Amino acid sequence: MAEVRARVRLASPEPGGDLRAYRAVLASRIRSQRSYRLGFSLDLGASLLVGVIELAEVWVLFHSVGELGGFTFGQMLLVFGLADLAFSVADLVFGHCDNLPTYLRAGTLDVFYLRPQPLLLQLITSDISLRRLARASVGLVALVAGLVVNDVDLGPRTITIVILALVSGVAIFAAMFVWAAGVQFFLVDGAEATNAFVYGGRYASSQPASVWSRPVLVLFGFFFPMTFAGFLPMLLLLDVAGPDWLPASLGWWAPAMALWTWTLALLSWRLGVRHYQGAGG
Amino acid sequence: MSAPDVLRYPRARPYWRIAVAGFRRQATYRLAALGGLTANATFGFLKVAVLFAAVDAAGGELRGYDTALISAYIWVSQGLLGSVNLMGRSDAADRIKDGSIAVEFLRPVDVHLSAVCAEIGQAVFTLLPRGVPSVLIGVFVVGMAVPDSPWPYLLGSISVLLGIAVSAATAYLVAVVGFWLVDTRGVQVLYMVVSGFLAGLYVPIVLFPPWLLAVAEATPFPSMLMYPTDVLTGRVDGVDALVHVGAQMWWLAVVLTLGQILTRAGRRTLEVQGG
Repeated sequence: MAEVRARVRLASPEPGGDLRAYRAVLASRIRSQRSYRLGFSLDLGASLLVGVIELAEVWVLFHSVGELGGFTFGQMLLVFGLADLAFSVADLVFGHCDNLPTYLRAGTLDVFYLRPQPLLLQLITSDISLRRLARASVGLVALVAGLVVNDVDLGPRTITIVILALVSGVAIFAAMFVWAAGVQFFLVDGAEATNAFVYGGRYASSQPASVWSRPVLVLFGFFFPMTFAGFLPMLLLLDVAGPDWLPASLGWWAPAMALWTWTLALLSWRLGVRHYQGAGG
Repeated sequence: MSAPDVLRYPRARPYWRIAVAGFRRQATYRLAALGGLTANATFGFLKVAVLFAAVDAAGGELRGYDTALISAYIWVSQGLLGSVNLMGRSDAADRIKDGSIAVEFLRPVDVHLSAVCAEIGQAVFTLLPRGVPSVLIGVFVVGMAVPDSPWPYLLGSISVLLGIAVSAATAYLVAVVGFWLVDTRGVQVLYMVVSGFLAGLYVPIVLFPPWLLAVAEATPFPSMLMYPTDVLTGRVDGVDALVHVGAQMWWLAVVLTLGQILTRAGRRTLEVQGG
């Protein structure tokens, strides 16, 4: 009962009440995750291992061939670092959108409609997973290692490129989660189809895009602009000319591509929400 | 489905029926199968790009893999992915978490074996909507090596079934941890990450450096995906193929024994609240 009262109070339109509501919700999520200690530390360990193994996948391949698509493992550390750090941060905040089909099937999404907050914001704040921070640390370490191994000069140009790439990368991956959530309203049971692009996109973003065939390049190079999160910024940082269709200078367009992905995402979300008819009850 | 020999043994009959029920149940999730196939195919094309480039970079042959054989590896393993449980999620885990497992202990069948059989039934069905189309993409769209003697197909089918059984029985081990831990998500994610990598989902495990290969071979994970793929594509044949299948049988025996022991121990600690 106390919880219900708290929620009513939080939803009341006092000045600044909106933000306070989100802060209270987020704080409660964080507290609840830390209360099961063993489970939480296992979660943290597992999440760290996710990052380590994703890096190991790239490493194993380069270990057996040395150079792939004209790039070395040292250069790929930068691609992996930038892309995986951006993905982990986006996953931390937006990853919960993946659970939308569960809400749709159980009809629990209808509860969100009763609250005076935007649906998407509620979905995001309904579970911020702290354990995903452990995974972001792997991306960060890879990025720093990449900068050191390649002897990148830490001037204003480098810092601008890194910040531009990370901000755009987080925005692009976050938009992928929202795009997928919008499509879930139509697919429900077929939700795995969107994994092809969200998680397939993550996989693509840590690859040397120079090896891609033309259809893959169209899909993951431009339509879902995964190259802008890691590969193109790496070309800019190291001053390497890119392959056909992916010249290094394209990397400066990352914010524009982030905008494009968010256009897709919000369009998909809007269509999805309009399509939703409730699940009875 | 015709009744095979197991039906002559009354004690095996319920488990066969449970597996058949699992097979039928899975047939109702058509859209889910299509979604899974989309994901398998997309990842397949991404792997084609990277692994073909790797074979080229190695001069046309990488540790015994040429382009045709690596293509066969990609499409067969992507096809098995829907049937082989590398996620570590299972119905048994949900039932242990919400306590409904208590009802199953009242039934006159073994809780452990019936859960594993139901999952095997579902997995075998999934070979039709996800396994077959994936291999067809490999054969007709990309091109891949296919064995020309009947032996790899025969032994490969046995190996695929064993792979499914090992994965179902190992995923069950993740579920029984729930008897002791309230929240098994950490264990499940751990299983998911490690199993995919060591099962050879991303690169064939023979490309691993020797120490990592030794680590992988000391786990049941290669038995789930790598060995069936090796046997079915004909990458290993003769005695080597039999050794792969033997290793799968050994791991099946190990994980099933562990499952029995843990289920019995878990039954004693099970507490169900409410009434």
